[in-house]
Amino acid sequence: MMWKAGSLESNDCLVTIKKSSQTTITIDSIVGHLFYDQIYQAIEETLQEENVDQVDVLVRDKGALDYTIRARVRVAIKRMRKDV
Amino acid sequence: MFRSLLFIPANNPSMLQNADIFLCDGVIFDLEDAVGLDEKDNARDLLNTYLTTSPSFPKTILVRVNGVFSDFIDEDLIVLNTGKIDYIVVPKADIDALFILDYKLRRLEDKYHLNSTKLICLLEDSTGINQANEIAMHPRVEGLLLGAEDLTKELEIERTTEGQELIFPRSKVVYACQSQGILSIDTPYTDINDVEGLSFDCQQAKKLGMKAKTAIHPSQIDRIHQVFSPTKEVIEWAKGVVSIVENEHKTLFQFQGKMIDKPVIERAMKILEKAKLFDLL
Repeated sequence: MMWKAGSLESNDCLVTIKKSSQTTITIDSIVGHLFYDQIYQAIEETLQEENVDQVDVLVRDKGALDYTIRARVRVAIKRMRKDV
Repeated sequence: MFRSLLFIPANNPSMLQNADIFLCDGVIFDLEDAVGLDEKDNARDLLNTYLTTSPSFPKTILVRVNGVFSDFIDEDLIVLNTGKIDYIVVPKADIDALFILDYKLRRLEDKYHLNSTKLICLLEDSTGINQANEIAMHPRVEGLLLGAEDLTKELEIERTTEGQELIFPRSKVVYACQSQGILSIDTPYTDINDVEGLSFDCQQAKKLGMKAKTAIHPSQIDRIHQVFSPTKEVIEWAKGVVSIVENEHKTLFQFQGKMIDKPVIERAMKILEKAKLFDLL
């Protein structure tokens, strides 16, 4: 089962999260060549803040700012928790 | 004091990240009608994260929460914890909704040691319009906003360019606000491509006493300011009046061929106060 939050609109990102045996973060970003590390850090920190591991996270980014990425990851996690 | 308030959907990152550059007097981040039922959590979390992490914000921040009797209201009100909210905009406001909301707010304010939350009440049905006076008297309420779309839908009438159907509700809002010294705010003009229609609508609202107007697109702000700001001529006139009062200590005199007395002096001072606030001096 997968949980999603966000969109593929400009300045947004679509976060998909699913349970896994280990944590993996995949980023597909239009600004990845410039900001890959910052995007990765925002995702990783949000997972830590929410005490989540053993998930596959895919972020398809259309130029989202840091707070948008964090918000979308957090909502995807909340939606996952609601269903589990 | 505002002239313009711009509605922005709280789930739209592009609009949020530009919210501080629009030249409106305040931004209403909308968690209600502009956000689909499945996206309420997304919008709420995005707005909270924006308000706690963004380096810059609009001059005045308002949030339109979901209805007081909806399932979303308690989670929406958590946004107050950011400490960034100047006003909560209450949709479909009436006395019952205000009573319940006041109770919820008192509990939140006690729990999180927050200042008293100020409200702008959106009157958008016949009950709200009929209760305008009582709503305006509530100590938390600092403004009434007319919502003509839902109101005309309820009344089964059409909104027209002439706006005759809005004379009564606009007047009701204006008189309720004026008697309590709070702000009357007009309904948005929904045809964003009709600039002349917007100008006319602003003029109609201003003639009836409305002090500000909401916008649903940034392109409407400039036109709203043109109508709701004091003009250069009026500011010069007010400067002249206040100058005589201050320098010659007169309270009854002739100026530009007209008699000036206490109410006119107060009006001149109010114009200068507005002009200063809106950077027009």
